[in-house]
Amino acid sequence: MEETRMEDRQNMIQADRLAYNYVKYDEEGREKETIRAVDGVSFEVQKGDFVAILGHNGSGKSTLAKHINALLTPSEGTLWVNGMDTSDEDRLWDVRQSAGMVFQNPDNQIIGSIVEEDVGFGPENMGVPTEEIWQRVEESLKAVNMLKYRHHSPNRLSGGQKQRVAIAGVVAMHPKCIVLDEPTAMLDPNGRKEVIRAIRALNQVEDITVILITHYMEEVIYADKVLVMDDGKVVMQGTPREIFSQVETLKSYRLDVPQATLLAWELKKAGLDLPDGILTREELVEALCRLY
Amino acid sequence: MSIVLEHVSYTYSPETAYEIHALKDVNLEIPDGQFIGLIGHTGSGKSTLVQHLNGLVRATSGHIYFNGEDIYAKDYDMRRLRGKVGLVFQYPEHQLFEVDVLSDVCFGPKNQGLSPEEAKERAREALRMVGISEEYEKQSPFELSGGQKRRVAIAGVLAMEPEVLILDEPTAGLDPKGRDEILDEISYLHKERGITVILVSHSMEDVAKYVERIIVMNQGEVLHDGAPREVFRHYKELESVGLAAPQVTYIVHTLKDKGFDVDGDATTIEEAKETILEAFRKKGRKL
Amino acid sequence: MIRDITLGQYYPADSILHRLDPRVKLMGTILFLVGLFLIKGWAGYAVATVFLFAMIRISKVPFRFIVRGLKTIFIILLITLVFNLFLTPGDRVLVQIWKLQITDKGLNTAIFMAIRLIYLIIGSSLMTLTTTPNDLTDGLETLLGPLKKLHVPVHEVSMMMSIALRFIPILLEETDKIMKAQMARGADFEHGNLIQRAKSLVPLLVPLFISAFRRASDLAMAMEARCYRGGEGRTKMKPLAYARRDYCAYGILILFLAVIIALRVLL
Repeated sequence: MEETRMEDRQNMIQADRLAYNYVKYDEEGREKETIRAVDGVSFEVQKGDFVAILGHNGSGKSTLAKHINALLTPSEGTLWVNGMDTSDEDRLWDVRQSAGMVFQNPDNQIIGSIVEEDVGFGPENMGVPTEEIWQRVEESLKAVNMLKYRHHSPNRLSGGQKQRVAIAGVVAMHPKCIVLDEPTAMLDPNGRKEVIRAIRALNQVEDITVILITHYMEEVIYADKVLVMDDGKVVMQGTPREIFSQVETLKSYRLDVPQATLLAWELKKAGLDLPDGILTREELVEALCRLY
Repeated sequence: MSIVLEHVSYTYSPETAYEIHALKDVNLEIPDGQFIGLIGHTGSGKSTLVQHLNGLVRATSGHIYFNGEDIYAKDYDMRRLRGKVGLVFQYPEHQLFEVDVLSDVCFGPKNQGLSPEEAKERAREALRMVGISEEYEKQSPFELSGGQKRRVAIAGVLAMEPEVLILDEPTAGLDPKGRDEILDEISYLHKERGITVILVSHSMEDVAKYVERIIVMNQGEVLHDGAPREVFRHYKELESVGLAAPQVTYIVHTLKDKGFDVDGDATTIEEAKETILEAFRKKGRKL
Repeated sequence: MIRDITLGQYYPADSILHRLDPRVKLMGTILFLVGLFLIKGWAGYAVATVFLFAMIRISKVPFRFIVRGLKTIFIILLITLVFNLFLTPGDRVLVQIWKLQITDKGLNTAIFMAIRLIYLIIGSSLMTLTTTPNDLTDGLETLLGPLKKLHVPVHEVSMMMSIALRFIPILLEETDKIMKAQMARGADFEHGNLIQRAKSLVPLLVPLFISAFRRASDLAMAMEARCYRGGEGRTKMKPLAYARRDYCAYGILILFLAVIIALRVLL
């Protein structure tokens, strides 16, 4: 018993048969149906990991993400974040401070009218002394490469810049882990690149655990681990290479694979002796050169 | 029958400090029945350009002709033009407002002056085209899933039976499944009904897969205009203006540089696969 | 049209007025307004005019920017002017048109009322033009702080105000977008009688409300995720602190008020 608890504490996140039901009501306010958005999910995320969660809309991945920040608490099962049970109301604010959250729509999560004031919002709520807030704001904006926009109004920034401000706002709270719920879905390709670059830097330089929910397969290839969700369950788990070598299974969940992986898979089907799980175009070119 | 743009320029807030030249001397011809991809980074003028095509934004200078008629002529019926050139905005589901799906789709045809029966007829037809079955007709549009909402919104424009359909990033924010469904339906409409389609997109892969002509916008000007193979040949120039070519184009180019006998202009997975296999066959490999 | 409303709009510039503590500016505006209503006679107006124009000069806000704010109250101004002009009884009748007459007193009152109204608007727009919305709400929150003891939700109200100010430009942009999207479906917002026009707003207002609610619920979630739990235990990134210039400003304000009162008593 004691031993398992020690193990829990080493993981950033540990989910044990986590389930979440929500009730839909009809117009008269009667219970219409109960929907099991997350259905008995178990997984763990180690400190410092970069984990990507894939799945089509309605697969339950956003609901799962909100659990990590204790915006939702499990209907069944347990979720530990940094050793804390998220259902424990006394630890609510500690959970939220350890696991920050970035949402899809950049406009709807920026509170301040000036970039630096928005980044200071989290620390203000936590009761951080004024001087330290300034320090944290400066560090965080530097970490996402937005320091030179500190006096700007968020309304004048591009989507990618706004999203980086939102990330800085979370970083300023000094979290152990950041959950990003489709942070690039509303951005153009350049904005997506900026944001992914910032996220990877946080993971590698600041050693913050990252959980990235996305539809873009190119963003997944850097992950240490990939979870695939379908119908509220985790249906695949592994390294990007392991996941993307199963092109057909992914297709059955109506997901994409990176273009290079898809081309390699097609070529292999046609008879070329290529290895499984090619992720990048460099890898594909190299493998083809060996055969040529 | 076509849209012709002659020397179209558009300036935001002219003669102030905020003056922006959103379009600079754009000349284009869009013949009937083409499937066109319009690409360019954010702020390149592509959204402004499409809003000119149905008269929502009026050019500061230049002329636009729809089916030979000057749309800026004094007695030109702008509202009729909007029925002929249907424009689906980004995140079109944000414009839904009616109590049920069918009434919402009827909004366009009713504005065209059709009777309620005719409008319903059109709306049902449009909903069928986008794959929304009859059981949803009486549902509130706000209860649908994201992908369904978007298709209802597209039906709202299709119900006006436009000759030209313009879609501004119709797949933004959707998952791969929703994206494929919508693009396949648009492609079907183009093939079966012969509608001219202009697709504004950030995804080079989508553009390469579906369209027959690409227009590249940069800083308010047309940078390139041609078939995907020709346009993506300039991938280095595209990169310098914040764009890119499809992933496979990079792969075949690198292969070619490394001595493969491949067609460097391949832009889709299919094309790349064929040309790579062909290269191996030429070396005597049985594939 | 919406862009003409300068009231509540910030004009970025680097001036002493911009750097003043928002509490000073709020109190200053109130004292100035009180002063305006205490004025009796030309001398008082002369003092107020000098004071106001000196402030405008110091603020570095272009004069036409300030005047633009007056456009929105033009109608009210006109009505007050007409009422005072024709409906004030007086000793000497200057002009007589049918049953309406303009008296010397009427002319006097009309002019003074107009000046008072114009100065009132200019004075308060000068405050909003030189104070960022956030500073303004911060100032209000601190000034109204004592009301907390009476269970007035001062912090919540000021938080609501600053969020509203942040979302106004976003919602304006959204209005424009939805309007265009409905026009692309043949909607007509410009023609028809009053009822038709009101009806044509439904396709604009419903999506706008839905979007505002969606944004509000998103924002509430984002705030919760960032540990927001009301004003208690909260620290400030930019706490308000009086500097020397602020005390000087208070001095000048009291002097201004004293002169006005002295003129009222003495003359």
